[in-house]
Amino acid sequence: MSELALAAILLVPLAAAALLAALPDDRTTAWLNVLACAITFLAALSLLAVRPAPGHFLIVDDLNIVFIVLTTFVALTTSIFSRSYIGHELESGRLTSVYLRFYHSMYQTLMFAMNLALLANNLGLMWVAVELATLTTVLMVGIYRTEAALEAAWKYFLLGSVGIALALFGTILVYLAARAVVGEGLDAMAWSVLVQKAAGFDPALLNLAFLFLLLGYGTKVGLVPLHAWLPDAHAEGPTPISAVLSGLLLNVALFAILRFKSVMSANPGALAPGPLMVSLGLASVVFAAFMLYRRQDIKRLFAYSSIEHMGIITFAFGMGGPLANFAGLLHMVLHSLTKSAIFFCVGHIAQVKGTQRMPDIRGLTVSHPVLGWGLVLGVVAIAGLPPLGLFMTEFLIVTSTFARQPLLAIVLGLSLLVALGALLARLNGLAFGEPQGRSEPSRASFVPVGAHFALVLVAGVWLPPALVAWFQYVARILS
Amino acid sequence: MIDRLALDIAHLCAGGLVLVSFMLLYQDRLTGLINTFALHALVVSFSVAWQAYIQQAPQLYITAAIALGVKAVVIPLALHRIIVRLGIHRSIEPVVSIGQTMLAGIGLVALAVMVMLPVTAQAGTLAREDLAFALSVILLGLLMMISRRNAVGQVIGFMSIENGLILAATGAKGMPLVVEISVAFSILIALIVVGIFLFRIRERFETVDIHLLHQHRGEQP
Repeated sequence: MSELALAAILLVPLAAAALLAALPDDRTTAWLNVLACAITFLAALSLLAVRPAPGHFLIVDDLNIVFIVLTTFVALTTSIFSRSYIGHELESGRLTSVYLRFYHSMYQTLMFAMNLALLANNLGLMWVAVELATLTTVLMVGIYRTEAALEAAWKYFLLGSVGIALALFGTILVYLAARAVVGEGLDAMAWSVLVQKAAGFDPALLNLAFLFLLLGYGTKVGLVPLHAWLPDAHAEGPTPISAVLSGLLLNVALFAILRFKSVMSANPGALAPGPLMVSLGLASVVFAAFMLYRRQDIKRLFAYSSIEHMGIITFAFGMGGPLANFAGLLHMVLHSLTKSAIFFCVGHIAQVKGTQRMPDIRGLTVSHPVLGWGLVLGVVAIAGLPPLGLFMTEFLIVTSTFARQPLLAIVLGLSLLVALGALLARLNGLAFGEPQGRSEPSRASFVPVGAHFALVLVAGVWLPPALVAWFQYVARILS
Repeated sequence: MIDRLALDIAHLCAGGLVLVSFMLLYQDRLTGLINTFALHALVVSFSVAWQAYIQQAPQLYITAAIALGVKAVVIPLALHRIIVRLGIHRSIEPVVSIGQTMLAGIGLVALAVMVMLPVTAQAGTLAREDLAFALSVILLGLLMMISRRNAVGQVIGFMSIENGLILAATGAKGMPLVVEISVAFSILIALIVVGIFLFRIRERFETVDIHLLHQHRGEQP
């Protein structure tokens, strides 16, 4: 039974990708996209109850189950948002029917690739999956075929493929380190085996491997100074893809780093991975916080905010320890929900206003109350203000750091305040004042936005004890 | 123990690949660059086939065949057609100061050897030198991607990085999924680079000089 669910998580998106590429009708395909995501989500939920035994290629364990449920859920809500978003794009002629088929097919291929990367029990398989995810997103970022979209896709392609090339070299080195202990063959690339046997690996080889892996997968996480592709790719692609990129794909790359980090931590002679992750994470937070000022494009603004939050999460996991890991994990989940909901709002806003330039967007709460207040709620959440969930996790991260490294906590706390100032200043212009410029009535679907914000709000006020126990358990495994 | 001659030939191939990487660095005509890349792919294909023979790993012959068929024949031919259609096959592309680039390349090779040899002491003679050569090829490929302003040049730089990775993966004896990884790489390259990207860029700009792409940054107030 649980094997069936595991197969469904991978095969449903794959079959849907083939089907959606073949079907010509515009209206049913969008629903079919939603349906495929819904089945995948249900299959992922069933894994919470019963888990299949780990195999040579696939594994479900305490760490990746969190990511899988989150990924399939956000994929589902994004597909609902995508339906109304794409309808508008077809009417306005930015996308044609042929491109829509391509878009839907790529969307499902991306879901397959991300689920495979998360479920893989094999370093090589995970690498192939991350590569496939990069490939599909590059194609989707360039789908509008404007000059800016092509430049963004080209930049993403170059940086992304150099990143995964470095990650592959790191993967080969890890295999070499494992081969000396485990022996040749599939076992030397299986997570479940690597973590158990890591203590005997050659530390020097592991250290070098981790550097390549951190830089390689770190490029996909968007850590400074490897982030250059991220704002362009977010700003120029279709908004559902921005939501999936920020909400999910960055997490998948971070998940890869976490897997390797646990191998590193299991080896007493190896370099501690924490300080490296802390410095990259902190650099991202500081850099992105200042870059939030002077943004002109609304999607770019939130792309930089994603860099900031991925920095916070990497920082938290780098600090390690049960408390910081717990906060990092929860922050990741809440950031995915909040950021994708913000992109849902932003997508509709850009459609009704006909622009992404922030100086041309004013007074949204007056002209489009639901969208406007949705954006206000989203920005308040993402800026880390109480009572929403991200306040609690940021508070936990800063305070737990303060107990161990006060200086780092001060830098982190100040950068968070700088980012808060930038976001609130921007929000004031966007949401309040006299409405300005073009304005169409919105036909947005508010189910996805509502669902995400409800979860984030609830998480800020009351966390179910079962969830807390679950996350604390995962945090302990990580540390 | 693998016999001495087999090892020497493996090292000869890997060392040859580093040399061809250096040749890629100073090509100032696109036609020459593409031909040199075909040679690069030929060397890597022979190297992989030799590894398949001495490791008795028949599946590696598939990787070798892919390298030979796709990267030494199909992609160079396609790139030749593209640059002829664009009318840039005769133009000379100024390579930024060949001397400095070559010096930087030598530095990178020295770095690769100094980094790899100490840490791979336990990894066996075959993997040891192969990995040092492979890292050199990867770093030289990165250098090429930085020093080129032309999309075709950057793509060739990336493909040479990929050749270096294939060399490293086959040198790690018994590594599973090498064939799958090389197939995935080929798909990445074939689909994106040749199939769609260059054509899309060409449609829009009638050129593949990415300098022109940088006019647009989306941030002008």
